[in-house]
Amino acid sequence: MTDAVNGVEIEDTYAEAFRMWGARVVITAASRPWAREAAAKMTGFATSVIQCRCEGALERSLRRTPDGRPGVSVLLFAFSRDALAAELADRIGQCVLTCPTTACYNGLDAGERVRVGGQLRFFGDGHQASKLIAGRRYWRIPVMEGEFLVEDAFGVQPAVAGGNLLILGEDPERALRAAELAAGAMRRVPSVILPFPGGIVRSGSKVGSRYKFMKASTNDAFCPTLRGVVDSSLPEGVHCVYEIVVDGLDAPAVEEAMRRGIRAACIPGIRRISAGNYGGSLGKFRFHLREILGKGASG
Amino acid sequence: MTTLTLRSEPEAPLEAGAIVPDRFDGLGRNAIARLEVSCGNAAARLGDFFDVRPDGRAGITLEGDLGRVKNIAAGMTRGKVTIRGDAGMHLGAGMRGGEIDVHGSAGDWAGAEMAGGTIHIRGNAGHALGGAYRGSRHGMNRGLILVEGDAGNETGAFMRRGLIAVAGGAGDFTGAFAVAGTILVFGSLGARTGAGLLRGTVVAMRPLELLPTFRYACRYRPAFLGLVLAEIQAHGMAVAQEYARGAYLRYNGDLNRLGKGEILVYDQR
Repeated sequence: MTDAVNGVEIEDTYAEAFRMWGARVVITAASRPWAREAAAKMTGFATSVIQCRCEGALERSLRRTPDGRPGVSVLLFAFSRDALAAELADRIGQCVLTCPTTACYNGLDAGERVRVGGQLRFFGDGHQASKLIAGRRYWRIPVMEGEFLVEDAFGVQPAVAGGNLLILGEDPERALRAAELAAGAMRRVPSVILPFPGGIVRSGSKVGSRYKFMKASTNDAFCPTLRGVVDSSLPEGVHCVYEIVVDGLDAPAVEEAMRRGIRAACIPGIRRISAGNYGGSLGKFRFHLREILGKGASG
Repeated sequence: MTTLTLRSEPEAPLEAGAIVPDRFDGLGRNAIARLEVSCGNAAARLGDFFDVRPDGRAGITLEGDLGRVKNIAAGMTRGKVTIRGDAGMHLGAGMRGGEIDVHGSAGDWAGAEMAGGTIHIRGNAGHALGGAYRGSRHGMNRGLILVEGDAGNETGAFMRRGLIAVAGGAGDFTGAFAVAGTILVFGSLGARTGAGLLRGTVVAMRPLELLPTFRYACRYRPAFLGLVLAEIQAHGMAVAQEYARGAYLRYNGDLNRLGKGEILVYDQR
């Protein structure tokens, strides 16, 4: 168990994460910027499943791709297999199919598969054609540029979403710097994404609200402007908090990302690393900060 | 692995459908030697022609000039057959799985009506490679055939699925009446390529004379070819990178039929 890193207190608490379904989408294009453009569009409005129906982000640039062209991978998460299938078809159909020079492949060898190209093919209006290559089916959909190639089925698997860190800083500048360092370190872990802008959330939420129509509302206990008004969780000297949310294809990946994130965030100007939980009522996964730090090599 | 060494070339073609890993499973040397074959119209035993040397490992290796030994590995479903020499007609015909590696040439009808597995022919292939027997509706239906040399007439004719890649040239009627599937020919092609093509793809890496029932569509870079070329390379056939990066002229046809087939011609510009 580790209760401090570089003099920064690691709070004895845990991040509470929950089950979602995940998929990996490989996008290739004539150039890497076009592949990234498609990925960016595809993962737009995908920060929080609370309002966006799914969470998604660029996972990494790829050195090797199915068709040998420049490419990237994207992870997408949703509450159910069917919801994920719908999001994959919608987002690939609207954001990748439409993007110049792209092709789109399944990047996850999972037992369960959902049809994506098998749905998008109908855009070809009868002129679509399939190819069975190395046991995998692909659809060639004619488009004005030439043709869009998309894999028929994509693997989906149970995944873990909502892993998180709270970085409590003395001022906004150093808190943001610590969050940036943490996000950078976490992104280097395979099979995880940080779905929020730049990987960082300034508006962490709690479950529920005084307004019945709101499913979530501001995490008032961590808002510095509400110190003295609410039951604050902020220690003296903390004037800014950033959260990093991490989703992963499995729990070990989320845990590894959190471990690297904590270590990277512990810089001068940070008073405490905490995490968001809801008393265990939200999800089945609990990532105890001190425990996961103790599991990894000292850093 | 069981090694079969042909003692001398048979006087008549040897029908050796018994040489298939599925039949060898669990058999000792004597049992393998007793497997039935026919030489011309005379019944015979495998041991009458081959020295049989099993060593307990899986797979079959054949040695000698097997150009008159027919039906080797026909209908096989698993395992590996290696042939150090030429193979006769109907090699791997109707096979559904497994791997055949020929360090020589193969006769006509290699891989005819196969439904899975891989055939790699380091030399030349005869006519009707991956084709359909007379009267059959479909030829090759899944699987992969690689030919490092040339292939004969009717390569991939009546093909339904699968991939054939020929590093050299192919003869007349390549891909004729193919329902689907992909045929790549890196060398020259004979006459009437794609005649009656329904939906399949013939990729020609050299200019060819096309039937008038194929209509020029466009010049473009089909992404799926990257996957096809990667698949070929993964099975040991060298492919120049220019083919993966290059552009192709697309011709739709055969307009005498459905017209949903295509001939892609590598454009060297």
